[in-house]
Amino acid sequence: MLAAIGVASVDELLAAVPADARRPALGIGPGMSELEVQAHLERLAALNTKAGDGPFFIGGSIQRRYIPAAVPALALRGEFLTAYTPYQPEVSQGTLQAVFEYQSLVAELLGMDVVNSSMYDGGSAVAEAAFMAVRLTGRKKVVVATEVDFTYRRTLRTYARGPELEVVEVPTARLAASARDAACLIVQHPDAFGTLVEVPPIADAAHAAGALLVQVTEPHACALLEPPGPLGADIAAGEGQPLGIPMSYGGPHLGIFACREALVRQMPGRIAGQTLDAGGTRGFVNTLQTREQHIRREKATSNICTNEALAAITAAVYLALLGPEGLRACARAGVARAQALAARLAALPGFAVANDGPFFDRFALRSPMGGWALRNALLERGIQVEATASHYYVPAKQGGAGRSGAERTTTYVDGRRAGSDDVIVQCTEMTTEDDADALVDAIADLARSGEAVGA
Amino acid sequence: MNLRRRVMPASGAATGAPALEPLLVELARPGRAGRHVRSSEAAEIPDAFKRRAPLRLPELTEPQVVRHYTHLSQLNYAVDTGMYPLGSCTMKYNPKVNDRAAGLFADLHPRQSYRTTQGVLALAYELEQILASVTGMDFVSLQPQAGAQSEFTAMLIFKAYHAKRGEAAQRRRIIVPDSAHGTNPASAAMCGYQVTTVRSDARGNVDLDALRAALGPDVAGFMLTNPNTLGLFEERVREVCEAVHTAGGLVYGDGANMNALLGIARPGDLGFDCVHINVHKTFSTPHGAGGPGAGPLCVKAHLRPFLPKPWIVREPDGTYHYDTARREERERAAASPARATSTSGVEAARPKAEREEEDRGPEGLGDSIGTIKPRLGNFGVLVRAYTYMRTLGEEGMRETSEDAILAANYLLARLRRRYRVAYDRVPMHEFVLTAAPQKKKGASALDLAKALIDEGFHPPSVYFPLIVPEAMMIEPTETEPRETLDAFADALLRIADRLDDDAASLREAPRSAPLRRLDEVTAARRPVLRWKSPS
Repeated sequence: MLAAIGVASVDELLAAVPADARRPALGIGPGMSELEVQAHLERLAALNTKAGDGPFFIGGSIQRRYIPAAVPALALRGEFLTAYTPYQPEVSQGTLQAVFEYQSLVAELLGMDVVNSSMYDGGSAVAEAAFMAVRLTGRKKVVVATEVDFTYRRTLRTYARGPELEVVEVPTARLAASARDAACLIVQHPDAFGTLVEVPPIADAAHAAGALLVQVTEPHACALLEPPGPLGADIAAGEGQPLGIPMSYGGPHLGIFACREALVRQMPGRIAGQTLDAGGTRGFVNTLQTREQHIRREKATSNICTNEALAAITAAVYLALLGPEGLRACARAGVARAQALAARLAALPGFAVANDGPFFDRFALRSPMGGWALRNALLERGIQVEATASHYYVPAKQGGAGRSGAERTTTYVDGRRAGSDDVIVQCTEMTTEDDADALVDAIADLARSGEAVGA
Repeated sequence: MNLRRRVMPASGAATGAPALEPLLVELARPGRAGRHVRSSEAAEIPDAFKRRAPLRLPELTEPQVVRHYTHLSQLNYAVDTGMYPLGSCTMKYNPKVNDRAAGLFADLHPRQSYRTTQGVLALAYELEQILASVTGMDFVSLQPQAGAQSEFTAMLIFKAYHAKRGEAAQRRRIIVPDSAHGTNPASAAMCGYQVTTVRSDARGNVDLDALRAALGPDVAGFMLTNPNTLGLFEERVREVCEAVHTAGGLVYGDGANMNALLGIARPGDLGFDCVHINVHKTFSTPHGAGGPGAGPLCVKAHLRPFLPKPWIVREPDGTYHYDTARREERERAAASPARATSTSGVEAARPKAEREEEDRGPEGLGDSIGTIKPRLGNFGVLVRAYTYMRTLGEEGMRETSEDAILAANYLLARLRRRYRVAYDRVPMHEFVLTAAPQKKKGASALDLAKALIDEGFHPPSVYFPLIVPEAMMIEPTETEPRETLDAFADALLRIADRLDDDAASLREAPRSAPLRRLDEVTAARRPVLRWKSPS
C-alpha cells in the first residue's frame, strides 16, 4: 500500500504534524486480549451492587422496569446498532420506518400531534423545550416548578446560562400565578415525588398570559392518566428510559419531545416523515431539515446532531411488544404496589405519606429519623431508597431546620423547597411482595430500635 | 400506495432488495398480545386524573413483532453489513465484546450511592485519565452525551471563564472556519454568541490573515477541527492557536477527526485549550442508527474550575466518591451529629482548599457551569469505549490511526486517476473529492453516491464541507482490508466509466435498493410525521 501511495513509510504522510509533537508517548500501557479485557471488566462490575441484588426502590425519571427478552434481541441487531443517521434513505428504510413508528406510538401515548426522533435524555429535552418556548414567544423568563425532577432543573439552569435566560423556580401551587412575562411554565405530572397535579388550570393560566405550557411526563403514567395533549400542554418532554431501555447508570437513554402541530417548525432535532419514491412506493425520510444545524448552522433550532435513535427504536419495540394492555398492566402494578406499601408504612408510629395529594407509582415517606438518616440506615441493610435531600442543594445553615416530622414545615429558599427530609419510594412491576416486606420490616425495626434516630 | 416485493437487477455486488414492510398498525388486530407482564391489580386513580383519551397502540403477537423488526433491519445498510465510508463519521467496526461489557453495568441506577457503585467510579476515573493522556489535556468531563452537547458545554465554559475575568460582556463573538461542522456555529449561537466565519486558504488551512483580521477584544474563542473537515492537518495550527490566545480568546478543538491522531499528535500539545471526543467515532461505540454517542470534554487546567459537576474524587485508600455527594452528606451529618462518623473521618483527611472550593457558590458548585447530564453522562456508551481502549493499549491506538491514514491515502492514490481531489495535499484519515467535473458531464455528487448503492456500498458524505463544490468526503477507517478498499475503488472507477457512456443511468440510481430515490421536497412541504390511528 505504501508503494501504491508512493511513500516509503507512514511517517512521510505525517509531515504536516509539528515534528516535536509527533508520536507522543501516551503512558497508557499495553493492550489486552478479549478474554483479558472481559475478565477485567467483570472484576470492575463486581465492585458494584446491582439494583437487582436486593430490595430496590430508587426511581424517579429513571426506573427499573421489566425488559422483555425480545427487546434487546431486536433493537440491538447489528443492522440497527451499527448504522448511522439515515443520510441515504434508500438504504436506511429500516431505521427511518422504525423511527416514524416510534414517533407515531409516542404521539398516541402522549396525546400530542408531533414527536421528534429523540433528544439525548429527559433533562436536555426539558431544556430544549424551554429554548423553543423562548424562540416562539420572544420572552426570556422560564418558570419551572420546584417539584420537577431535580436533575432536569439542574440541566435547565445550566443550559439557561447560554442565552442568559431567567429561570424562576416556584412550587407547583404557585405556578399558575407566575405566568406573567414568562415564555413558558414547566410542570411535572406526576411530579418528582409522585404527586398527581391538576394541569389544566396551569395550562389555562399560561395561555392567558401568552406563555406556553411545557409538561414533563413519564411514559407509563400516560397509560393510565390523561396525557399531556388533552391536558393543554403545548410541549411535552420527558425521559423515555422506562420503555425497555436499561438504566445503565444514567445513559444512554431517550429524550422524549413532543409538541402541537402548529409549532413543529420551531421543534429541535430530527424528524422522520413519510413520502414516496420515484416509483410511487411509500417510504420514509428525515424531513423538515431546514430547522437543523447541518443546513442552517447558527440559525438552526438546536445544535443536536447525533441523537438517541437506537433508544427510540428500542422504545418502539417495547411498545409494540407490550401493546396497550401490557403497558397498562405495568403501570397498574406500580401504582397498586405503591399504594399498598404506602398504607403499610404510614401505619407505623410516627410515619406518614408526605405527598400533598393522591400519588401515582411513588410516594414520599416522612419519618421521625429524617429521610437522609433513614436512607443510609436502609443502605446498610442492603435496601436502596432515595432521600429527598438529594433533590436540593440546601445551604448548610438551612440543613437542620425542623427535624421532627410532625413539626416540619415546607419552606422555600431561593425558589427551592428546603428542609424536606423524606425518602421517596418508587414501585414498578419489578417490585415484589418480598421487597415490600423487607422494606416494611427494616423500617419497623429501625423505628423500634431508634437506631436511625440517633437517640 | 402499494407495497411490493421486488428483486431488481443489480449492476454490482447487490443481488436484490428485501421486501418492504407494512407499518405496525397495518399488521395489528384487536385483542392480540404477548404475555410479558400480567397484572390483575387495581390501581386506584381519582376520576379527574384518569385517561379519557383512547390508547390506540397496535396489538400484535410477539412473533409478529419479531418478524417486523427483523424485516426492517434487513432494509438497513450498516457497518456490520459492509464498508461505510461516511466522511467525518468514522464508521469503523464496533467490537462485540464492548457491548457485552456494557451489559455488566446495565442494572445500575444513577441515583445509587457511591458506596454501591465503586466499580462504576473506578472505571470512569481511569477513563478520564486515559482520555486526558490521549488528548494531552489535564481534566475530563464525561457528562456530554454527544459531540454537539460537548461543544455547547465548552461554550458555556468559555462564557464562565471570561465572566470570571470580568470580560463576559465584552467577548460576544465566536469565530469558526468556513469548513466547520454545522454543529459548531449552532452550539455557539445556542450559547448566545454571535458567529463569525473565516475563510480557508488555498491549501485548505484556516486563512491566518483572515483569522487575525477577525480577532479582537470582542472575541470569546475560536472553534477548530484538526485534521479539518477536508481531512487535512492544519499546517500552522500552533500559530492559529497563538493568534487566538494573543487576542484573549480560547481555542476549542472539535475532536470529530481524532481517529487520525491517536498516538500521532495531541491537541493539548498543539495549543488547544480543550477538545471533545466523539467516542462513537474514535473509540468504536456503535452509532446506533443516529445515536447514542458520548462526547467527553477534555480541558487544560485553567478551564477545570468551570467543568460540569459532580467530579469524581479518588481517596488515598483507593475508594471513590463524588465531591458534591460528600458535601451533601457532610451537611446531613452536621444536622444529625449521631450518624455518619465514617464520613467525617475521611473528610478530615481531605485538603482544606478542596473542601472550601466545594462550599463556594449557592449550590456548592464553585465556578462550575452546573450539570449537563447527571453524574457520568452516557455511561453505557463510555463502558464500551473504555473496553476498546484497554483492548488496544498504547501501541494499538497508534496502529489504529496509522492504518486509518494509510487506508485513506491508498484509496486516494487509486482514485486520483479519474477523480479530482479538492485540495491536493497529503490527507490524514479522510479526503474530499469534488465531483464538479462529473457534474459537467451530467452526474452530480448525489448521482455518484446513489450509483455506489447499486455497487453494494454505502456512499460517502456528500455536499460537505460546504466550501467544496459537489463534495464527496471519504473516510475508509482502519477497519477495511486492502481487498475491500480495492473493491470500493473499483466501484467508483466503474461509475466514472459509466458516466462517460451513459450519464442518464446514474441519475436513475439506485435501482437495486429497497426503494428508488425519495421525494424529500413533498415530505417537507406536506409533512406526514405519524401514522393515522384507526379510530
